[in-house]
Amino acid sequence: MLDVRGLSRAFGGLKAVDAVDIDVPQGAIVGLIGPNGAGKTTCFAAIAGFVQPDSGSVRLSGTDITGWAPHRIAELGMVRTFQITQPFARLSVRENVMVGAYLRHPRRAEALRAAERVAARVGMGGMLDMRAGDLTVAGRKRLELARALATEPRLLLLDEVMAGLNPTEIDEIVGIVRNIRADGITILMIEHVMQAVMSLAERIHVLNQGRIIARGAPAEIAADRVVVEAYLGQGAAARLAGGAHG
Amino acid sequence: MNARRIVAVFGAALVAAFALPFVLPSNYAVNVAAMILFTAFLGQSWNIAGGFAGQTSFGHVVFFGTGAYASTILQVAWGWNPWLGWIAAALAGGVVGLAIGALAFRAGLRGSYFALVTLAFAEVFRILANSAEFTRGGLGILIPSDPRAANLQFKDPVWFYWIALALLALSLAVAAWLKRSRFGAQLAAIRENEDAARALGIDVFRAKTICLGISGAMAAAGGTFYAQKYLYVDPSIAYGVEKSVEMLLVSMIGGAGTVFGPLVGAAVLGGVGEITRSFAAGQGLSLVVYGAILVAIVAWLPDGLIGVFARRGGARRGRDA
Amino acid sequence: MLNFDIVLAGTVNGLAAGAIYVLVAVGLTLIYGVLHIINFAHGSLLMLAMYAVFFLFTRARIDPYLALPLVVAGSFALGYVLYRFLIGRFAHGKDENILLITLGLSIILDNLALFFFTGDTQTIDVPHASGIVEIGPAFLPKAKVIAFFAALGLCAALGAYIGRSDMGKAIRAVARERQGARLVGIDVEHVFAVSYGIGIACLGAAACLLMPSFYVSPSSGHAFVLIAFTTVVLGGMGSFLGALLGGFVIGITESLGGLFLGEQLGQIGISLIFILILLLRPTGLFGGGR
Repeated sequence: MLDVRGLSRAFGGLKAVDAVDIDVPQGAIVGLIGPNGAGKTTCFAAIAGFVQPDSGSVRLSGTDITGWAPHRIAELGMVRTFQITQPFARLSVRENVMVGAYLRHPRRAEALRAAERVAARVGMGGMLDMRAGDLTVAGRKRLELARALATEPRLLLLDEVMAGLNPTEIDEIVGIVRNIRADGITILMIEHVMQAVMSLAERIHVLNQGRIIARGAPAEIAADRVVVEAYLGQGAAARLAGGAHG
Repeated sequence: MNARRIVAVFGAALVAAFALPFVLPSNYAVNVAAMILFTAFLGQSWNIAGGFAGQTSFGHVVFFGTGAYASTILQVAWGWNPWLGWIAAALAGGVVGLAIGALAFRAGLRGSYFALVTLAFAEVFRILANSAEFTRGGLGILIPSDPRAANLQFKDPVWFYWIALALLALSLAVAAWLKRSRFGAQLAAIRENEDAARALGIDVFRAKTICLGISGAMAAAGGTFYAQKYLYVDPSIAYGVEKSVEMLLVSMIGGAGTVFGPLVGAAVLGGVGEITRSFAAGQGLSLVVYGAILVAIVAWLPDGLIGVFARRGGARRGRDA
Repeated sequence: MLNFDIVLAGTVNGLAAGAIYVLVAVGLTLIYGVLHIINFAHGSLLMLAMYAVFFLFTRARIDPYLALPLVVAGSFALGYVLYRFLIGRFAHGKDENILLITLGLSIILDNLALFFFTGDTQTIDVPHASGIVEIGPAFLPKAKVIAFFAALGLCAALGAYIGRSDMGKAIRAVARERQGARLVGIDVEHVFAVSYGIGIACLGAAACLLMPSFYVSPSSGHAFVLIAFTTVVLGGMGSFLGALLGGFVIGITESLGGLFLGEQLGQIGISLIFILILLLRPTGLFGGGR
């Protein structure tokens, strides 16, 4: 469904994203992981139209959307969330989600109904009248999700929706993400919470220093020497395999 | 409140406001009331861009003045009927709004930079009006007095009161529509966070530009009203920074981004103006008070005076807004 | 047509005016560079300082040039206090808020001036600065020549102060990395207030140099504010050297604009430069990307 080929973007001399290929099949949950500064968020930004790629292509269901403006990409059915949550702080939760719902429902009454339905689905049914700026971190993460979901996307780009949450909250979000997929929405997610992404995604891409260094099923990735070294430093895999001699 | 009740209350207020001149003691009082309504209307035009969409403008006279000059020149030099000229003026203001919006927003100007560039645009228009032939430069243009309704000129000030009331009612309707429509929700999203708005499928550039066009058309309509009331327009009246500041003040003080904020702001400012006038002859003192109120509002009451009332019904407002 | 000498004379005239703009703009750019706020009250505070010079001269018979240390010190104190008790309190959050607060401040100052000093334009007559100096084809009032050299000297002194002194180092540290500066124990709020104070002190100096050859009225502030912003935007917001070059470019533009387009239309150059720079090259003509 999403087909990213040779995507590159440099800032100054630094290649933040370097010839990245990503495939997201219809109906799948695909994870994008990697250490801090690996270029995951830039990669997302380039896919969703927030950053112009220097080269490479992005196709959504066959349509070449490389370099499109973000709102057109959203209209076509691919919507991103933000790692650093971006609530419409002085609007209520209801109004926040309605902004998303208006994309497919121009009429107010329908947008309102759609927004309330989505809010209930992510467990925000009781917070509709709260000011978005007053939400907790967990609330803001859910709001990001709800707003994006309200645009009725075909493909959702989730940027660390679990960062900063406690284990109970993470479990709730994992359940919500599963439900979203069950409704037929394809998901590409950046995630740091390893156990969550390992249990959710059927395929994982590992990004390091702007390049994809491994891809495969979660079990393969967890056992991949290159991946472990990327996270823990050179020689770590050998040390782990040889016991803790240091 | 449901929509029907709002319309009922609004309608009743409109009828009361229509009848108000009959109980006011003098023509002077009618004039003061007319100017309060008119200032509220101008403030609302600023509020559409500055409040609802968060695009703070320091140069809204660029539209006001363009409207005043457009209808006046069409009338005096081209022999147009002023009613027709009024429509043309609103269109001209809309076009200037779209043009400035397209330029400024394409260049990515936001916040303070947008404010300053509008100020500079207003200054350019002022200087042009001051030196061009067809605006008669600094002399200004006098509209020949011929008080007939067909000429949009009236002997009795009550007619201007009613016209100002109609303008204000129209602008309130626009604001109320923004509060309850998709376009308004898009503007609010843009005001709060442009990147998030973009991510949710909003064409930010288009929405902001259209918004400035609407706002510009309204301010320009105000310019024609002003020219017809005083039958005179010159560069410092049309494009002077004072009117820009006044539009911003009433909206900010009453409550930017609210439907009735500009009306509240205009009433407060009108009241302060009358009070200071009664004990100090010199000009300036009322503006000192306005400046102080502006500082206080920005510092302590970001939602304006109207926010003080609204805060009490907070939860219910969330449902209505 | 216009001959070369007249253009040259206009340029010299523009350079002389530009030196004052440099002084005004250096204050504005310093405030922006350190505090990241746009001081819309800049013009009004200049107007206030000019009235101070005017009254010191007419009431206390203090020569404007001798008054310079006094006015500079007073302006610094006013700036420091304004920042500490008004602007700094609300310096967090959206930049438009500061713009609106400083707008409010300028409305208050302009209209207080109108109320107390009336709208009349005021001038002072300083005999020892009233001659004419011949520079090539240009005839310049002596006061403008003094202003030119004094303004450049003051800018150099300010540059040296920011470059060498301990406070200068602190200011640069805060401008670059305010969190880091706070962590190493710099009193950031104090540095902010000092920076704002210095910015206003520049206005005090400019007022002393301006008054012998210029006039003051309550709307003087508004006349200067767009010039100051244009200078700063032209040179790149926050850039010292940019303000220096920008000031001269604006001075010459104004002078030659008046020459070629007449007094009314000549003023349009500044606003047009301002708009074009913002639309096409917001980092300024001389500033790199920030």
